[in-house]
Amino acid sequence: MAEKRTNSEWLSDLRTEGFEKDDALQDLRAVIVRGLPYALTKWLSSSDPQFYDLVEEVAQETLLRVLSHLDTFKGRSQFTTWVQKIAVRLAITELRRKRWQDTSLDELVDTEGSFFGSRLMVDPAVGPEIATEQSEILAQMRRLITEELTEKQQKAMIAVRIHGMPIEEAARKMDMTRNALYKLLHDARLRLKKRMEEEGITADDVLAVFE
Amino acid sequence: MQPTDEILKQLLHHLGKTKADELGCDELFELLDEYTEAAARGQITEQLMPLVQQHLDQCHDCCEEFEALLSILKSEAA
Ligand SMILES: [Zn+2]
Repeated sequence: MAEKRTNSEWLSDLRTEGFEKDDALQDLRAVIVRGLPYALTKWLSSSDPQFYDLVEEVAQETLLRVLSHLDTFKGRSQFTTWVQKIAVRLAITELRRKRWQDTSLDELVDTEGSFFGSRLMVDPAVGPEIATEQSEILAQMRRLITEELTEKQQKAMIAVRIHGMPIEEAARKMDMTRNALYKLLHDARLRLKKRMEEEGITADDVLAVFE
Repeated sequence: MQPTDEILKQLLHHLGKTKADELGCDELFELLDEYTEAAARGQITEQLMPLVQQHLDQCHDCCEEFEALLSILKSEAA
């Protein structure tokens, strides 16, 4: 089969000009198009009319990116896996963008009343005694969250943790990169964890009240 | 939207597994092809790239991309 190239054959074919390169690009395109339906089952059926357009667009963009980033391939995987990784990222990024484009981060946060802590409420169905215990713990958690986290951190946590917005999309709406938003959320987790330790609150204490 | 106890459980789970040093999404992307190939061969162990596993546990975005790439590799192996 034409696609059975070694990593170095892929690289040398893609670095030449002429028919070897054209063949390699065509084969690589086939690899991408064949793989994407498996990657996207959770998002889009391959019988969906949008599917074909998305795959075409992603295949095209992937090939361009591959050609301009050949020097960054370090050979730690099959070359085709590296290419498919790029295709998966491009395809899912596009699907996420479409899915969340009409959601405003500010509206999402506004409907919460205020920031993250206010989402932590006692379910009245648990009965008065447990409700008292729960509301004490929740008040403590709310205090830690509001005292320890910046508004930006709380906003990101509402979007990501409560509404399930992808970090990628929350980052886009906050004019940050995904990597930077992950780090901001990581910092938020570290702060909360440290503060809980300082106050002697363990996860088990909190969860025990909600079992 | 999630109920309070679910939010708390998830939050505490993630806090419990929070490390001072974690990979960012960019570093994760660098390792994703190699890691996913190992996973497709069933060779993921506790020792292999624990930082990658840790990030995938914290980051839904990267985890989705890992699962998508894994589905492709499994389809090729089948
Ligand atoms: Zn990530």
